Amino acid sequence: MDSPYAIEMLNITKRFPGIVANDNITLQLKRGEIHALLGENGAGKSTLMSVLFGLYQPEEGVIKKDGKEVKINDPNDANDLGIGMVHQHFKLVECFTVLDNIILGVEPNKYGVLQKDEARKKVIELSKKYGLMVDPDAKIEDITVGMQQRTEILKMLYRDNEILIFDEPTAVLTPQEIDELMQIMRNLKAEGKSILFISHKLAEIMAVADRCTILRKGKYIGTVETKGTTAQELSSLMVGRNVNFHIEKQPQKLGDVVLEINNMTVASKTHKNNAVKNVSLKVRAGEIVCIAGIDGNGQSEFVHGLTGLEPLVSGDIKLNGMDITKAPIRKRNTSGMSHIPEDRHKHGLVLDYSLENNLVLQTYFLPEFTSKAGFLKKDNIRHYAEKLIEEYDVRSGQGPVTMARAMSGGNQQKAIIAREIDKDPDLLVAVQPTRGLDVGAIEFVHKQLIDRRDSGKAVLLISLELDEVMDVPDRILVMYEGEIVGEFDPKKTTQEELGLYMAGAKRMEVRS
Amino acid sequence: MSKEKTNFFKKPGVQSLIASLICIILGLLIAFIVLLIINPQSAFSSISNIIKNFFWFKNPTSRLKYFGETLVKTVPLLMCALAVLFSYKVGLFNIGTPGQYCAGIVASLYAALKWQLGWIPCMLLAMIAGALLASIVGVLKAYLNVNEVISGIMLNWICLYFTNSTLTAVKNPSSKDTLTLASTNKGALLPTLGLDKLFKDKYVTIAIPIAILIAVIIMIVLDKTKFGYELKATGINKNAAKYCGMMEKSNIIVTLVISGALAGLGAAFYYLTDFEQWAVTSSTVPAMGFNGIAATFLGGLNPIGTIFSSYFITHITAGGAFVDLTKYSSQITDLISALIIYLCGFVLFMKTVMNNIIRKNEATKNENSKNEGGKN
Repeated sequence: MDSPYAIEMLNITKRFPGIVANDNITLQLKRGEIHALLGENGAGKSTLMSVLFGLYQPEEGVIKKDGKEVKINDPNDANDLGIGMVHQHFKLVECFTVLDNIILGVEPNKYGVLQKDEARKKVIELSKKYGLMVDPDAKIEDITVGMQQRTEILKMLYRDNEILIFDEPTAVLTPQEIDELMQIMRNLKAEGKSILFISHKLAEIMAVADRCTILRKGKYIGTVETKGTTAQELSSLMVGRNVNFHIEKQPQKLGDVVLEINNMTVASKTHKNNAVKNVSLKVRAGEIVCIAGIDGNGQSEFVHGLTGLEPLVSGDIKLNGMDITKAPIRKRNTSGMSHIPEDRHKHGLVLDYSLENNLVLQTYFLPEFTSKAGFLKKDNIRHYAEKLIEEYDVRSGQGPVTMARAMSGGNQQKAIIAREIDKDPDLLVAVQPTRGLDVGAIEFVHKQLIDRRDSGKAVLLISLELDEVMDVPDRILVMYEGEIVGEFDPKKTTQEELGLYMAGAKRMEVRS
Repeated sequence: MSKEKTNFFKKPGVQSLIASLICIILGLLIAFIVLLIINPQSAFSSISNIIKNFFWFKNPTSRLKYFGETLVKTVPLLMCALAVLFSYKVGLFNIGTPGQYCAGIVASLYAALKWQLGWIPCMLLAMIAGALLASIVGVLKAYLNVNEVISGIMLNWICLYFTNSTLTAVKNPSSKDTLTLASTNKGALLPTLGLDKLFKDKYVTIAIPIAILIAVIIMIVLDKTKFGYELKATGINKNAAKYCGMMEKSNIIVTLVISGALAGLGAAFYYLTDFEQWAVTSSTVPAMGFNGIAATFLGGLNPIGTIFSSYFITHITAGGAFVDLTKYSSQITDLISALIIYLCGFVLFMKTVMNNIIRKNEATKNENSKNEGGKN
């Protein structure tokens, strides 16, 4: 145990046909530190982790544990070395209890009979020790995302893992839950665990990590102490250029009302109460209105009601003065509304369609792409796709014929944005358009939204990210439990004030 | 993105063909082994008789006649395979084809024998009957999210016994079969357009060219039209289809209706030739529907490939009759064809295996030529 490093990956190179995913990358995780791994989508973070878990064998380079070279052939080897990981998408059995999930695979038994009592004791002990509050007998489907994540962490601790890897752990959490997670990570560190924290959220890295290794396009850029650096510097290391955090906007030129919603009420799918209650709002041409709020306060149902995915219980919607309350989705889409959906895999894309087919998903039926006899004009579709790919810099392995499934998340989102914005809609409904994207892509998306506004169109943004809420819109509406509880000018408010309204601690009468 | 030379074996068409051929060979091999175990002496002659089938006949006229009859029997299988394929491409597994095929039988025969209608209305009624039956599955799927496999299988049996009880009304009093069209209503027989003379077999009708034409049309509809684009999008991702304003519920129903109509039409294409009569005591659903699934996969999920795979399966099934029954029990015929058909369902698996082998080869090649670095 003379080496200060718990795990070392030295000069790792991993090639795939046509691409070097990891080019001579070195990552050294000290015992008892929180080490961030920072990089954009496609920088090689996932490949590096797959190498660590034995899913890929590197062409060059060695892995050392406590200074001794080890060979990791499959995830079981990694487990034996005490390496555990919390995946971005949890691997939990929904209808099992927390305890059942924790012991899954390492069930304590005597002659094949489960011995849950010891397991429960150990789990309760662990959760006390690290401040991981979660009810061991609750079912996964009944608990919050934050608690599910704690279950995943307990899973690693139960297996006595020493090296804990967190893959984008904050992507699914509310601001409060993120704070709690940061505290948990500090507790784990204090108990001597070594943590590898994969992220592209700079503020979190600055807040919790000791050191940070940066990857860019498969190459090793460097390892820095977070104490001696700034978020600005990290981001330029990651992206390779200076990122403009400040968003340039032209002076506002307000136009006519584009969207008018009166007393909209939408039923909930999960409980008996209405998810959206009596919401009224207006969006004018030349402005970005943002609906802010903590996830699950009726934003999704509001958007579904607005875009026609779900029927309204009551209320009406006018688009450019035309009543679209009962209009079918196709009618809304062709009357000037575009919708960047919250879930790009569920709604936004047909993953097993090619990129070009996805790019015409909203327009394939127009005469430009379909002949009178009903045949697709494949040449036109190809040209159009090539044009969008060029204009919006959508990157993929084989261009227009790439399967959407094979594209990175950021480029999938770019494809959706290209498709929706190229329709030149009067109203763009953008729901969490930067979810899961890296800094460079976020900058791109924000610029597109501002361009819509500056060219005199209306944008309705639904966001959970407070930074985005403060920077992008001209007007903020806070939604709490299905109601609009506050209206703010982003220039005249603070994140703290918004937080109070988002948490339901304060409300004002809003009537637009 | 460097594309040197795309591996010949990486082309999807080539892969499907090779995978299908491997499955056929494996099936024959296993059948051969089974024969070998039961009776080693005549195993080789039996398996070669199965493959040779009518080519084994010395007389060229009877060879042609049997070829024609194999084609006649291929048509309903091809139609069922197309029905399965069409819904499968749209993300639905229509295992209700046997029932829809039955619906086609009852509609066409009842119309022909009881109502004395001509072949065109009989054919249309068969299509409508198949479509109606399938629409039940479609409505349940679209509006109540009932799994189409469950509701399809259940309806198969309901429809089988409905067919039996209905066709008893037009039964030949002296047998368990329905009356022949030749004796009752010649106007319901499908026209032959001289094909009967070509093959020296009166059962060879326009059903054969029409079925092939339908296969081509299905390929065009799925690949080249807006309709196909919508149906496939709905099949792959119902939510995305709804999001972009497609009528996702009616697309599901339309898909199954077309699929059912194809199966129903397949029944008309067979029973309106008078080649076979329906036995009203049948207690199993027609094998066509299930064999259609095997034919679909053996055909590489391609309508044109399905034509050949349907022919092959019919050929093998008929060839089973030429096993030497003095050496083997009479069930061996069905066992052998079942074995081969079963292996036909493994095409997708074979494709995966092939891809893994190709990938491994490439990986070793890459390791051998480390000096060659990639570009972004």
